[in-house]
Amino acid sequence: MLMESSPYGIEKKKLGMWVFIISDACTFAAFLFAYGYMRVGAPVWGTPFEFSSILNGMLMTAVLLSSSLTMLAAVRAAQAGTKASANKWLGVTMLLGAIFAALHLREWFKLIGEGWRLFYNPTGGAAQFGATFFSVTGLHLTHVVTGVIALGFIARGYNQGRYDESHVETAGLYWHFVDLVWMFVFPLMYLMNAQ
Amino acid sequence: MEPMSAHAATHHAPPQGFIRKYVFSVDHKIIGIQYTTLSLVAAFIGMALSWAMRIHLGWPDAHIPLLSMFSPNGAPGGLMTPEYYLSLMTMHGTIMAFFVLTAAPMAGFGNFMLPIQVGAADMAFPRLNMASFWVTFVGFVLACATFFIPDGPPLSGWTAYAPLSAVGTVAGPGQGWGQNFWGLSIAVFCVASLLGALNFIVTTLDLRTKGMTLSRLPLSTWAWFINAWVSLLAFAVLLPTCLLLVLDRLGGTSFFIPAGLVINDQLQPHSGGSPLLFQHLFWFFGHPEVYIIILPAFGIVSHILPTFIRKPLVGGWKAITYAMIAVGTLSFVVWGHHMFVSGMSPFMAMVFSVPTLFITIPSVIAVLIWTFSLYRANMRFDTPMLFSLGFISLFISGGIGGFFLAQPSTDSYLHATSFVVGHFHFTMGLSAIFAAFAGFYYWFPKMWGRMMNETLGKVHFWLSFVLVYCVFMTMHLTGFAGAVRRYSAFVDDFMVPLIPTQRFISVAALLLGAAQFIFLFNAIWSRFQGPKAPDNPWGATTLEWDTTSPPPFDNFGGRQITVYHGPMEYDGEASVMQTSPEVSVAGT
Ligand code: HEM
Ligand SMILES: [Cu+2]
Repeated sequence: MLMESSPYGIEKKKLGMWVFIISDACTFAAFLFAYGYMRVGAPVWGTPFEFSSILNGMLMTAVLLSSSLTMLAAVRAAQAGTKASANKWLGVTMLLGAIFAALHLREWFKLIGEGWRLFYNPTGGAAQFGATFFSVTGLHLTHVVTGVIALGFIARGYNQGRYDESHVETAGLYWHFVDLVWMFVFPLMYLMNAQ
Repeated sequence: MEPMSAHAATHHAPPQGFIRKYVFSVDHKIIGIQYTTLSLVAAFIGMALSWAMRIHLGWPDAHIPLLSMFSPNGAPGGLMTPEYYLSLMTMHGTIMAFFVLTAAPMAGFGNFMLPIQVGAADMAFPRLNMASFWVTFVGFVLACATFFIPDGPPLSGWTAYAPLSAVGTVAGPGQGWGQNFWGLSIAVFCVASLLGALNFIVTTLDLRTKGMTLSRLPLSTWAWFINAWVSLLAFAVLLPTCLLLVLDRLGGTSFFIPAGLVINDQLQPHSGGSPLLFQHLFWFFGHPEVYIIILPAFGIVSHILPTFIRKPLVGGWKAITYAMIAVGTLSFVVWGHHMFVSGMSPFMAMVFSVPTLFITIPSVIAVLIWTFSLYRANMRFDTPMLFSLGFISLFISGGIGGFFLAQPSTDSYLHATSFVVGHFHFTMGLSAIFAAFAGFYYWFPKMWGRMMNETLGKVHFWLSFVLVYCVFMTMHLTGFAGAVRRYSAFVDDFMVPLIPTQRFISVAALLLGAAQFIFLFNAIWSRFQGPKAPDNPWGATTLEWDTTSPPPFDNFGGRQITVYHGPMEYDGEASVMQTSPEVSVAGT
């Protein structure tokens, strides 16, 4: 009762992930559009980030960028069929993702400690700063954390032989996308708000 | 990569046990039926709400005892308050637009038919498919739950305009938890639609059987495929819109609430937000949404017509498909035409009215294709055909109103009147419903294996067709006369002479609703007592008619399907199945 596989078959998980990425990009775009709209409309915006925050952001960027490289290494290893090496690189990628999240949360807590809220700006500028900063970076952070957890499941399944290299590749697509989004979020949310 | 993974769905055996088979089923056919049923239930709820509104509009002093049982505060003694009228209207619009019109023609019929039409055994991601349905179900339950929470459903309409939707109970009953539920319900609905769209896209690209090139796809499949792309981009923006709205309401942010807003003498603790931002985000979704509703209707009608006119559509598969692609694409650049009188810069109004006039071109081309195809055709007037013709008629009538609304100058007068209500009910409401009825009568034999009663079908059609015109054509006229939209009663000065007309609309609307019970009876009775359906009752050519009614679990009983022709191989009585290696009769 088996049917022949479709002559048009592309690897369906990868195609699905590309479609998801297109849609998720629109979601981020809407958040960033709201940010731009708020920012342009505000009489006084205020740019609170000191050098230390920018430095932290640059560190986060470096960590996330390297995690894309390690993800690439994991995909290469999986394609080459070297399971142990693929698993090692997946682990490193997860670790870097976790470091990114930790650095990010440190930044958040610092801001919250200084009195920033979703609805409050301690420097007296537009209250929308907190609203846009926390929601845009929060959305991105959620993606990173979800990614780390998903990588954990993929690594486990791959290790046990339930998943194959196509799963690793698909996870890689997601991971690079999350990295790419950060390349928009970082300049727009950090660099443009440097003192 | 294991070579069979593209068809992993065919590997598993049919599930056993009621729960796996009918409730948490991964079979696209069951999921299609679940969606269709959900939409039917939603449609009757939405219709009941419109009755209550219409009774109140016609007889503003009338007491509706049932209502007071539902909401002692909203309708003390059965007489609805203006606020409760708005609640009913909001839920009517929300349920109809999202849970009926977005769900039925795409997720209902599309789920059942698309995999079969491309020759696949199931959707690309069956479990994701099951998740989309159950997430939709949760969204629907959340929406309905608003009727049972203390202060009732929200007042802000299906468009949930801010700042009304962004502030709390200070703005009226229902603006507390009612509006929160609404935001969550729609956010959840967005997620379900996104998952569904993803599945449709991958299935169409990935799972086509041998010989099923893009040029041989049935037009309904084309429409669902194009529509999946439009949904993917549009719902991806409505989702963050709902999230920001919920943040404004629960997180204290001010995305959509301006500074210095005073409601009921209370200064709101917000500043710097913009209601226009909400309108931009909402209508960036909202205009494509009306095409998300109508594109599957285009597809269903284009799919059904050739069967009953016994020849291909004028322009072949290309003309109508390109028209649908053009409509889908242009729908993303016209959203500002909903905001002509919103306080947006008048220059922007110009910018948006030009593409709005352009988008009528592919729509008109589609209409011309259908009407020209009827010329000299050897037509058969079975119920699916009647409803397809009804769709064409309603779509034209509604579209003509659109020309008036696309002009910022005329729209400034018509915007807040019942003209708009008449317009969108013709174009997106009833056109899509008629196409869905056409699809229902057409595919019923395939979905349930029984024929529906033709006589009852025809009675249902003619009553609906005439009464729909009585209701919504008249709304255009009252709109010209100045009947304001979203008023709960027309008892003041210049609107008093309109009361008899309002009553006429109300009576027609109640009769229209009653006529739908003929349909309901026909569907339920035929489901159990109708004559057994043959495999191909209409003499059609696409793959869903090339298997049993209803199809087996894997759709073709393990047969390897090869496609040799396009979907419109008709020449009078002669027709050739897509799977038949015989020579073409229509030259497509
Ligand atoms: C039985 C036929 C129907 C009747 C009698 C009816 C009646 C009404 C009435 C009285 C309103 C409120 C107008 C106002 O005060 O502004 C309304 C609004 C609306 N209806 Fe219907 N309706 C029907 C079918 C449908 C269908 C099939 C749809 C599917 C789209 C639909 C979608 C809407 C929407 C989207 C609104 C606007 C709600 C808003 O502006 O917030 N209706 N309808
Ligand atoms: Cu529009």
